[in-house]
Amino acid sequence: MWLTSKIKQVLMVLKPGVVTLKYPFEPHPVAKDFRGQPSWDHHKCVGCGGCAAHCPARTIMIRDVCQDLRIMLYDGSRCTYCGRCADVCPENAITMTEQYELATNDKNDITVNMELFMLTCQRCGRCYNMETTNMIDKMGLKGYRYDSLEARAVIPRATEHLDIKMLEETEHYKRPQK
Amino acid sequence: MLAKLCKKAFPRSLWVYHCNSGACNGCDIEILNVLTPYYDIERFGMKLVASPRHADVMLISGAVTRPTLPLVKKAYAAMPEPKLVFGIGSCASGGGSWFDSYHVTGGADKAVPVNYIIPGCPPRPEAIIYGVALALGLVDKKASPIELKQVEFPIDAYMKNKAWEERNVIYQVLNN
Repeated sequence: MWLTSKIKQVLMVLKPGVVTLKYPFEPHPVAKDFRGQPSWDHHKCVGCGGCAAHCPARTIMIRDVCQDLRIMLYDGSRCTYCGRCADVCPENAITMTEQYELATNDKNDITVNMELFMLTCQRCGRCYNMETTNMIDKMGLKGYRYDSLEARAVIPRATEHLDIKMLEETEHYKRPQK
Repeated sequence: MLAKLCKKAFPRSLWVYHCNSGACNGCDIEILNVLTPYYDIERFGMKLVASPRHADVMLISGAVTRPTLPLVKKAYAAMPEPKLVFGIGSCASGGGSWFDSYHVTGGADKAVPVNYIIPGCPPRPEAIIYGVALALGLVDKKASPIELKQVEFPIDAYMKNKAWEERNVIYQVLNN
């Protein structure tokens, strides 16, 4: 009796065949719209820093090393592959690739280091990219944040004629301090 | 050197101990998925064991939280030498989104020495198998640091418009 049931089991198992993947020896394609390691296109990037401002795990850092050079650093070890950087990028310079085989013994293997040439704004002294006109306004729309809270808190006011009252009010104006 | 050591130390099989140090269970489900017949990690002689004293490899999932930190250290100390530690998932490899929170030590490498990291949130079962195969020396490492540079030189601000026009002329000539 038990033998027949065993034979039945064997026949049942034979029907579907082997389902085990031969993965490390044969490649296994990912599903559609899979989000793997993000990749940057340094030809398209304008250096707005929107990806750095929006990254939930703060994996992307932007540093201005001098007036003309801005460096983007991506640390993939704590990246959650959410794809928000690709969503926010105004120039579509970031794409989520299908690369998921990222296991390493060294954290430096999953980093991206990008150097961007920027121009200096003659008014504010910050760097900007000259390839598109009115870039600063565009950057403000797309998630660029000013670092300096001091500069952002003061709102410039203008009058048509010399207003002595306003001059007296604003000449020695100081921001309230904590 | 580590690969040679692994080949000498673990010629046949690795016994795996799974240590959850405050993970959201995503990585744990993927680790269990690796043990199922579809991915079948027992092809490589691996086996999940319940005690760190029987294990060669510790799989840490989750950013090591403050309450689990002494337990993770104890489990690591209980494992017999030689031992390997895998950080599975973004939390274990770098701390995830909570890398600088007050209640998290910021990744498994802050608590115990980690040999291999498998990033992903959660990593695919294939990615875990790939990491294990990498440790065994079955596959080559595919990840490498990327350096990108814009091949463009800063121009004098006063000569900017002229240089820009000239550059555009060059592009027009190329297009024609």
